[in-house]
Amino acid sequence: MRATSHTFEANARTGLANPILQRALALMQSGFPERRRFAVERLPEFEALRDVGKSIKDHTLEYLDFYLELFEENVVAGDGRVHWARTADEARAAVLQICRSVDAKIVTKGKSMIAEEIGLNEYLEQNGITPVETDLGEYIIQLRHEPPSHLIAPAIHLMKEQVADTFRAEHRALEPGRSLVEARQLCDEARAVLRPQFLAADVGITGANFLVAETGSSIIVTNEGNGDLTQTLPPVHIVMASLEKLVPTLEDAATLLRLLARSATGQEFSTYTTVSTGPRRPDDLDGPEQYHVVLLDNGRSALLGGEFQDMLRCIRCSACMNHCPVYAAVGGHAYGWVYSGPMGAVLTPSLIGVAEAGHLPNASTFCGQCESVCPVKIPLPKLMRHWRGRQFTGKLNPPVYRAGLCLWAWLARRPTLYHALVELASRTLGWLAGDRGRFRTLPLAAGWTAVRDLPAPEGRSFHSLWVERQKAGSRQ
Amino acid sequence: MSEARQDILLGIRRSLKRGRLDMVREAELREQIASHRRNLVPARAAALGDRGRVDLFVAMAEEVQATVTRVSSPVAVLEEVARYLVAENLPAEIVLAPDPSLDDLPWDERPLLRIRRGRAEAGDAVSLTPCFATIAETGTLMLISGAATPTTLNFLPDTHIVLVHADQVVAAYEDGWDRLRSAGAMPRVVNFITGPSRTGDIEQRIELGAHGPRRLHIILINDRRIAGDGEDK
Repeated sequence: MRATSHTFEANARTGLANPILQRALALMQSGFPERRRFAVERLPEFEALRDVGKSIKDHTLEYLDFYLELFEENVVAGDGRVHWARTADEARAAVLQICRSVDAKIVTKGKSMIAEEIGLNEYLEQNGITPVETDLGEYIIQLRHEPPSHLIAPAIHLMKEQVADTFRAEHRALEPGRSLVEARQLCDEARAVLRPQFLAADVGITGANFLVAETGSSIIVTNEGNGDLTQTLPPVHIVMASLEKLVPTLEDAATLLRLLARSATGQEFSTYTTVSTGPRRPDDLDGPEQYHVVLLDNGRSALLGGEFQDMLRCIRCSACMNHCPVYAAVGGHAYGWVYSGPMGAVLTPSLIGVAEAGHLPNASTFCGQCESVCPVKIPLPKLMRHWRGRQFTGKLNPPVYRAGLCLWAWLARRPTLYHALVELASRTLGWLAGDRGRFRTLPLAAGWTAVRDLPAPEGRSFHSLWVERQKAGSRQ
Repeated sequence: MSEARQDILLGIRRSLKRGRLDMVREAELREQIASHRRNLVPARAAALGDRGRVDLFVAMAEEVQATVTRVSSPVAVLEEVARYLVAENLPAEIVLAPDPSLDDLPWDERPLLRIRRGRAEAGDAVSLTPCFATIAETGTLMLISGAATPTTLNFLPDTHIVLVHADQVVAAYEDGWDRLRSAGAMPRVVNFITGPSRTGDIEQRIELGAHGPRRLHIILINDRRIAGDGEDK
């Protein structure tokens, strides 16, 4: 898909002015965070599990080449195939080649962010193959030709009225006067429409939440059961996964699964966790005859060993965006590509370049909520700061912005001058504000004062008060 | 060896600033895997005795809208199946996992119940399957694929009935892995199922029966010396 991350500011304004999106986001804020908190409080070991989860991922990344080779060895031993793809192009080509080999017409798909990342649907359509998304949220946005706005709830930007309108417009074979008022009716309609597709599909494509080196297995987690129908009914199952999905053992997967559902939806465990190892066995009555894993790099191997390696621990739970005040204000589409929220703000520049996505790591209040809820303790604010640093050294910010930063840096390195100026400025502002104690307007600060008052400094800086207090303390 | 494969592995090693791992380190890592060392396992279920574990399994399964009926012997299973079908207004027609453990049930005492053994097909309304184990920690069923237990039975019908013996209830996922390893090779599919299918994709309202079964009914058979003998820790 074409990224619009470079127009983040305009995208954000559009999001803020969209009343439907704002209602949907308000609903999200009262949902996911509350349910997560409840689930976390119920499991006394949760905090300790975060440390274990982090160390499992760190260990795997440290030996990623070894675990990938072991994974492949075990997939092959179980009659599956691994397709290595350096780029999105190679991954798409691998999928197409498998589809062509069985003359596929219809491909059902479980939710896969990797498939979104490589624009798989569009590519399959161009090549005469019909991809059908089967996760309800993904199905809705496929009908609307929209990208996902959230990692685990791709249609979270919509209210049920929009879904009803979409279904009415697209499901033209159904009675036009039917009632589509309740979420229940919408779910039933999607179920009825998609069931024949599951049965007709020639290939089923799923993502992977984890790949297990020990057994050569892929693991998917869903609530709907769509992933299981997708991978059980057609003769071919293709798993799309990026390199960092690897974990060494089934025990490691169990630990991360304990973190995943609680962090994502606040569930104790997702409804369906499915561990798949190879194709149908000789005496099986069902299951796919072919099992393929497409392993995508797409820039990830280059993140190893550098300042962004921590990002490769991400298990795509969405807790960071569920707790992000920026995401909650502007929604996922503002981020302009596949990944949104704090994890998107770090990952997107890594994958499509900081020149395109430089706004994203700047769209943060640095409140730190994302890091504090991350199940694998990714220091997201720190990583966003790294991107800001790279933007600056790469001269990617506007000249005025850079000049301002240079001026500030020059001052900050001269503490005496800095303190004197701060003291002077705060006294002046305090004096100018007079009795009111705040400013309605202020030259050069319209960005602030256009929507709220600026409180005036009370006359003394924190630094001078601190120094005074320390002196008073030492006298006692 | 594909060029992409080689490039990716080389790229990883370049980023990690080292070459391929030496044989000694590789052997250590393989040994570590083979030891099946457990990470931190929550005490919630691990600290319970047999009866407490079964009770926790039932409570957790019911919390996610599975229904559970306890029966005292395998003979009572079919009575419960018949009762459930009537109570839920379902047809007296079920597709059975072709599993020998189910053949022992007194089917000929239930002439009105139409049964078929095999995989599920489109249109099958109710399936009945055994399970491999269940996980008390989260009320989760652990089912495996095989000649006697086709996977379609777990997903295609609207209603899935699962037979659980009390001694199949283990504390944690890790206990399930141990049982699986001692049972033999890794099956094609392991399904962990926690309640009936659901979605929250429309306004985050939970609706049951998204694509998989709308109803998950568990018949728990207390037929071993496990329940009610008061030997809990």
